[in-house]
Amino acid sequence: MATLSVSQPPVAGFSFENCKRNAALQTEVNKLGCSLPAARKTGTTICGIVFKDGIVLGADTRATEGMIVADKNCSKIHYISPNIYCCGAGTAADTEMTTQIISSNLELHSLSTGRLPRVATANRMLKQMLFRYQGYIGAALVLGGVDCVGPHLYSIYPHGSTDKLPYVTMGSGSLAAMAVFEDRYKPDMEEEDAKRLVRDAIAAGIFNDLGSGSNIDLCVITKGKVDYLRPHDEANKKGVRRVNELEALHPTGDYKYKRGTTAVLTKATTPLNLEVVEETVQTMDTS
Amino acid sequence: MAAAATMMPFGQQISSQNTLIPDWTSKEVSTGTTIMAVEYDGGVVIGADSRTTTGAYIANRVTDKLTPIHDRIFCCRSGSAADTQAIADVVTYQLGFHSIELDEPPLVETAANLFRSSCYRYREELTAGIIVAGWDRRGGGQVYSVPIGGMLVRQPVSVGGSGSTYIYGFMDSNYKPGLNKEQCLELTAAALSLAMERDGSSGGVVRLASISEDGVERRCILGNQLPKFSTH
Repeated sequence: MATLSVSQPPVAGFSFENCKRNAALQTEVNKLGCSLPAARKTGTTICGIVFKDGIVLGADTRATEGMIVADKNCSKIHYISPNIYCCGAGTAADTEMTTQIISSNLELHSLSTGRLPRVATANRMLKQMLFRYQGYIGAALVLGGVDCVGPHLYSIYPHGSTDKLPYVTMGSGSLAAMAVFEDRYKPDMEEEDAKRLVRDAIAAGIFNDLGSGSNIDLCVITKGKVDYLRPHDEANKKGVRRVNELEALHPTGDYKYKRGTTAVLTKATTPLNLEVVEETVQTMDTS
Repeated sequence: MAAAATMMPFGQQISSQNTLIPDWTSKEVSTGTTIMAVEYDGGVVIGADSRTTTGAYIANRVTDKLTPIHDRIFCCRSGSAADTQAIADVVTYQLGFHSIELDEPPLVETAANLFRSSCYRYREELTAGIIVAGWDRRGGGQVYSVPIGGMLVRQPVSVGGSGSTYIYGFMDSNYKPGLNKEQCLELTAAALSLAMERDGSSGGVVRLASISEDGVERRCILGNQLPKFSTH
């Protein structure tokens, strides 16, 4: 039997078919009382500032999956080009892949122009890609670098809008970090002051926001030099577990402190006088 | 402006389950805004506030919403920050190309029509309210309004954005045709201050620019230098 089929030309643009399916699945699953697996988000505090000689970028190192910490020491400062780095907040996979795609395209572009890439170029590429996906790529980025024109710092939102500013913060801890910046930022700071300010801003995010934690990574970009300081500051050190001599190879000890760690100031013993009233033994049936 | 509700129904569902992640990490960036443009004989004066919000958080308190499209043509952006930035970039490219083809400076009406064409074609997907203003040799100073939906209309004075609703009365009573440049600048600064005082989504500093044959002159009035109106 011959069937007439009209060949449809491929529809341009992103297909949002699966989004309807996901929404339908969500409501069905909620009726059963369970929930769909949560995408791993970098809860996050990220920030950046422009100082006298260049840019300082900072980030915490906690990646969360719902309410659980999935990675205690993940790297949120991504390489874009030798003179440009990008911090990423939002969905971990989205920030990782977006920065890798733009890094690759920017390297090809740089080979084509024969020049070191400019931060404005990376900003354009990122904003145009994110706008194309209408906010469905959950990547909130802090892009910073030094090029032939000078140091530049951009914040890029998931829907594709960008702001060019002297200091920016993003992520769930951004309010805590911005409070530190608004208090102590000055234009044309020295490198050590700038590093200290960024470290304090990220620390504010780590200690006041549940989605951020662990250590502080810094990246200092100046003309001709990049210092990737990972970790710059171990703000949260893990306790050391007690290890028996027998189990030295596989420590399975606990976090108890040994007797004498807390000083004993006074000791008072009160003996309880108990009378034995009745004693019975009931044998267990072990047949 | 309530841009997020229509744009991302799925996004809001997913984020509402986790109350530890606040709404401003998922809300779209909106230029809440008050924008304004006035014609005078020989040019135009444009002005805007400087606040960009994501939900209840001010993402950028020193935004520049007066975007150059060409040497003597500017646009004032209100609505979704991503949409207006993307449209402005597209129109800047189209107008620059057109101007090179023509080998003369482009008309303000041309720029306005390019904005209208993008805003009308994609009206279902966009939230963008734009005022196009500039100077050209043929028509002098001109102001064109391209609100949400993609209408195009030329007006001697135009206000836009969420804060504009608070100053329609002020504009109706205080604007008269035939003002000179200084009077236009004062009127714009006063109107924007009043709107910023009442609208939560507008604030920061007042950015002004005057465009004429001689060029573009930009000014910034800081918060403590704004004209004061209330005595209590």
